[in-house]
Amino acid sequence: MATTRNIAASGERPARREGGSGGGRKQYFRRRKVCKFCEEKIDFVDYKDVRLMEQFVSERGKILPRRLTGTCSPHQHRLTTAINRARNIALLPFASEV
Amino acid sequence: MRKYELIFIVRTDVAEEDVEKLLTQMQGVVTAGGGKIEKAEKMGRRRLAYRVRRQREGIYVLLVFEGSGDIVKELERRLKVADPVIKFLTVRTDEELKRAEKMKAIRAKQESKKRRPKAPAPPPISPAEQEAAAQA
Repeated sequence: MATTRNIAASGERPARREGGSGGGRKQYFRRRKVCKFCEEKIDFVDYKDVRLMEQFVSERGKILPRRLTGTCSPHQHRLTTAINRARNIALLPFASEV
Repeated sequence: MRKYELIFIVRTDVAEEDVEKLLTQMQGVVTAGGGKIEKAEKMGRRRLAYRVRRQREGIYVLLVFEGSGDIVKELERRLKVADPVIKFLTVRTDEELKRAEKMKAIRAKQESKKRRPKAPAPPPISPAEQEAAAQA
């Protein structure tokens, strides 16, 4: 659980959430989650934008749930379609080996 | 007229000219069907996320155009037959772009609305504060 969270936070961009020092205890300061797409005013999620979508995909290639990423419902919906399209054209994996 | 985005992957062992030829051929199909090409570009060599027809890499080619569904039909038929093409995807984008445009317009409206009350708002507060200050 804790590892998935850290993966979500460690994209190319600066960490969205302050990750714990690895103890797994609730000692760290938890930032309020905000929808990245609303914040950055991205209306159109392009399926060719791999760098963007990679941040919302786990190490195994699964789409991260909203409760982890903080994405709002309409944007999560569009993100899902974009990721599925990207998977179709081999830009993103359906499942990557660990 | 609808807007489509066609993206296809070509095997890497194909000569550069052949990729170019394939792209011009596809553009020919679009113009022959009464469509308009908006963008035609080679996105370059990329590692595939998974193996497709035993290939680990591929050359991505993107074609954005406007036209009818019959063009798409013909393009996909040709791509299916073409040997160097290992995968392709056509996406209709006009509706999504329209929605994005709409959202942009709404946002611009909201922002102009937000800005307007800001200017007249401060004056009513300051007299009240002055009164409070006077009472005290």
